[in-house]
Amino acid sequence: MLTKRIIPCLDVKDGRTVKGVRFEGLRDAGDPVALAARYAQEGADELVFLDITATNQKRTTLIHLVRDVARELDIPFTVGGGIGTVADVEVLLLNGADKVSINSAALHRPELIDELARRFGSQCIVVAADARYTAESGWQIYTRAGTHNTERDAVAWCREAAERGAGELLLTSMSNDGTKDGFALDITGAVARAVSVPVVASGGAGKMEHFTQVFQQAQAHAGLAASIFHFGEIGIRELKEHLQAQGIPMRL
Amino acid sequence: MEIAVIDYKGGNVQSVLYALERLGVQATLTADAEEIRRADKILFPGEGEAASAMHELRAQGLDELLPTLKQPFLGICLGMQLLGTHSEENDATMLGILPFAVKRFPAAADYKVPHMGWNNLQRLRSPLFAGLQEQDFVYFVHSYYAPVGEYTIAEAEYPAPFSAAVQHQNFYAVQFHTEKSGPVGTRILENFLKL
Repeated sequence: MLTKRIIPCLDVKDGRTVKGVRFEGLRDAGDPVALAARYAQEGADELVFLDITATNQKRTTLIHLVRDVARELDIPFTVGGGIGTVADVEVLLLNGADKVSINSAALHRPELIDELARRFGSQCIVVAADARYTAESGWQIYTRAGTHNTERDAVAWCREAAERGAGELLLTSMSNDGTKDGFALDITGAVARAVSVPVVASGGAGKMEHFTQVFQQAQAHAGLAASIFHFGEIGIRELKEHLQAQGIPMRL
Repeated sequence: MEIAVIDYKGGNVQSVLYALERLGVQATLTADAEEIRRADKILFPGEGEAASAMHELRAQGLDELLPTLKQPFLGICLGMQLLGTHSEENDATMLGILPFAVKRFPAAADYKVPHMGWNNLQRLRSPLFAGLQEQDFVYFVHSYYAPVGEYTIAEAEYPAPFSAAVQHQNFYAVQFHTEKSGPVGTRILENFLKL
């Protein structure tokens, strides 16, 4: 039976993990490769690296990171953050990334999704979408790290991305991100019902129950989180054992 | 031991090379007929779209060479599907080394396509799986599948059973990504290298 996936997300800047990651027994907690290996060992099903480097060296540091992670790791990983062209994607895949996620560039020019899917196959093209809820407009998609409202309806955009060839959607609720009050079950469920591809839920995880909810009530295929894993608030293995006990299929 | 990884611009070959490197094995990425013929073992990874992969294989004459090989050969993911006769993906004619036709998973509410993630291996029947247990997990990413047949050496379910691995003589192939399937995948690669 296909399992639900648990995915830690690492924010990377200039080749180092940021947002403070604490792990006992890791000499250098800023080293993304060491962290990635630690998560893999604990049972992470996949990893996501989000590059937030703003400098001109971005491309070079990201390629080095991808190569180092691919060399060390035997589980799949996705790379995202500021990826905008077919050439960007090609170099990351050639260096060993399994999937590449695109966000603002896809909203700026949706045909990019078609081009990438045709060239590399849908299986490695993830469209990341950041949604925020307002009482007036419902769930809409934001870009540029959440600063710009595209005024696009979240479900409509996710459906379009999947139809254009995205093989997976990474849906982050900005309204929930950082709250630790749980995933956005309504929009995650609405997107999961609307599209024919897997949906990764992100934003708001604070407790193990939140993962149970997003899998059982919102039909997400994977749950992504950052800080609760980085600070050891929830161990990946204990989370997966807990979910398995709730009847949610897990790889243990 | 000489190991050739076939180079036909077929996707994530780098991950396969790294997996071999982790096993302490040197491999050569090549499309050269001589180099491929004299290798002790051959890996044939693949990702992407079937018709363009076949186009690339034909352009390099590999469609003629591969069926004649006698050494242990391991197809991975699209590298497995290409061994069949035909694919529904853009109506592609494949290498025809094994007698299966590749079909697309039907879309269903609870079964998204691609089939993406960790799934169990079942009904294992090959030395390729020595040391593994029924229900061990491996990582799949694919929208097309080979049905179960007399060539099947492992199955998985989504929701119906399909071929997770196939074999005909020296040609072995797996639908999942051995190089991305943790210790289980590593063991399968090790088993292959011992064949």
